[in-house]
Amino acid sequence: MAEGDKKKVARKHCSRNPVLVRGIGRYSRSVMSARRAMYKRKTKAPVTKVEKKIREKKIKEKKNSNTVTKTVGGDKNGGIRAVKRRKMPRYYPTEDVRRKLRSHGIKPFSQHRRKLRQSITPGTVLILLTGRHRGKRVVFLKQLDSGLLLVTGPLALNRVPLRRAHQKFCIATNTKLDISGIKFPSTLVDSYFKKKKMRKPKHQEGEIFDTEKEKYQLTEQRKADQKAVDSLLLPLIKKVPELKGYLRSTFSLSNGVYPHKLVF
Amino acid sequence: MVFKRFVEIGRVAFVAFGPYEGKLVAIVDVIDQNRALVDGPCTGVKRQAMPFKCLQLTDYVIKVPHSARQKYVRRAWEKAEVSKKWEESSWAKKIEARKKRAKMSDFDRFKVMKAKKMRNKIIKHEMKKLQKAEQKKA
Repeated sequence: MAEGDKKKVARKHCSRNPVLVRGIGRYSRSVMSARRAMYKRKTKAPVTKVEKKIREKKIKEKKNSNTVTKTVGGDKNGGIRAVKRRKMPRYYPTEDVRRKLRSHGIKPFSQHRRKLRQSITPGTVLILLTGRHRGKRVVFLKQLDSGLLLVTGPLALNRVPLRRAHQKFCIATNTKLDISGIKFPSTLVDSYFKKKKMRKPKHQEGEIFDTEKEKYQLTEQRKADQKAVDSLLLPLIKKVPELKGYLRSTFSLSNGVYPHKLVF
Repeated sequence: MVFKRFVEIGRVAFVAFGPYEGKLVAIVDVIDQNRALVDGPCTGVKRQAMPFKCLQLTDYVIKVPHSARQKYVRRAWEKAEVSKKWEESSWAKKIEARKKRAKMSDFDRFKVMKAKKMRNKIIKHEMKKLQKAEQKKA
């Protein structure tokens, strides 16, 4: 009976701090500590797993000190050097680094949603409005991952090669070709068409503005791809009467022609 | 005669604007200075008052007494074959042509341009031939 009592949790004492008014006790913190005999109760709380891990880590870190000894060459250099593993920062900004507030749903360009106007479907004849091929009528092939449109003249008709065009700067006409059967070479991707950046010139006097690779160089790969695509398109174009001549011509406005009244 | 087409009972008119734009109606009665009682049983216009401003008079008149019932207007219309005559008139044909032109796509416009060019070429060619023949004679 008696041993059992000792092991068990002692019966709870009522509060030793009588209440004067709700929220205010009779005795202060230090007096309460004495009344509760906290000086007698010094038990260690059990070490939690997290704390254990932290302690072990600290011990490990002390073992692996910050410095590494490295050998140094040279005669009178003392042979070894104690090199710090984690060096002090060499710069402390005078002001706090400004942090941006958390943003929601702001994606990088590569993850943007690409939209395509309903009027533009594979095989549509587009009228290019900007660039060196402005006014030319061109066949739309497909939309690339960057959202730009892959377009071709065909080259034999209007000297427009396989090229990218921006959706916003094209007029889509109602004229459509049936391109569903055509398989495009898999090499036609955005990176294939991307402009190549010229290499930084090594600092030479007198040649600062003269850079290599300024002009566009035709590659055999491009010629082959162009041929492959055009050879599939041209028979389709020939089937439609007058379409060949249509693609060869350019679009222009004249007196009395108002784009907002035209049906394309 | 200065004016050839008059507002009279039975005059067929073309509606120029409003909800019944482009349809033919017959003037059945005159309400006041600005409005007519109008009916177009064969063209889908309900019997109603219509201001003269939106009516353009045509050459056709149907024989109908004033305020005649729709049934009799229809009868008179069909007897006079107004719809058929209208379709054959150059007025209606011009309207048709205008509509077609507005609907032309870019490709159609190109084809028209090519056709016109060819036509003009042929005409010019014949003209030149005739002119040459005349010159030779002289």
